[in-house]
Amino acid sequence: MSTKVIAGKSIQVNDEGFMLNPGEWTKEIAAEIAKEEGIPELTAGHWKVIDFCRQNAGDGKSPTLRTITNGTGLSTKELFTLFPKGPAKKVAHIAGLGKPEGCV
Amino acid sequence: MADNNRHIAFICSKGNLDMAYPALVMGWAALGNGIDVTLFFTFWGMDMINKARVDHLEIPPIGNASMKMNMMGVPGYIGIPQWMGGLPGMTPFATALMNDKMKKLGVPTVREYLQMLSDAGAKMYACKMSVDMFGLKQEDFIEGVQAIVTAGDFMDMTEGAQIIFI
Repeated sequence: MSTKVIAGKSIQVNDEGFMLNPGEWTKEIAAEIAKEEGIPELTAGHWKVIDFCRQNAGDGKSPTLRTITNGTGLSTKELFTLFPKGPAKKVAHIAGLGKPEGCV
Repeated sequence: MADNNRHIAFICSKGNLDMAYPALVMGWAALGNGIDVTLFFTFWGMDMINKARVDHLEIPPIGNASMKMNMMGVPGYIGIPQWMGGLPGMTPFATALMNDKMKKLGVPTVREYLQMLSDAGAKMYACKMSVDMFGLKQEDFIEGVQAIVTAGDFMDMTEGAQIIFI
């Protein structure tokens, strides 16, 4: 566990960089982490996913990818285009949630 | 390889329902974590990508020492006698049970899973020798299977990859 300063706010993260307290998350933090993850700008599509994850986070953990596609109506292709190279972890990081639990 | 991204290649050689899932589950997890995935289907594993077979994969109780009656709600670990496994209807029965359990857990079917993997960028290939042996053609395969390739081609395209044989 360590403390990290993002967008002027200090947040608690675990060894893998996942936020430990979803309450510390702000939209500015999301935009900042997205840049670190190689997403220069968060579009409406990104926010649809992030908002869904924030609303459906069980115990502070991000939902699984299939839960996200089923819940947002986005296709697998769209999800992988919005968050290329590892959407499971990227979405969780940006949404300020823990690593998703569950295999699908 | 042009980039240094982690790459996992699965060789799918089995067509039984229970053996179809490992590569699908791990492949999906890999893609979710930003790892490149290649799936190579050979021998019975080609049932997974054969349009006519993919929705009809089965799990036979015969020769499966791990399959116990608790799947049917009988408590404990009472075995299914081999002769019983050979009775007509036992394989469809076991298959229906497994499919039902998967459905209740929200696990996609094999066809759906392959579609998800393909949409997420997994590369899929059929083994040339098996294709010739079974008399199949590219059009017999589901969408997402990119080509029929030789074992040598597979070696070239998986240079530096971690290979898992199922």
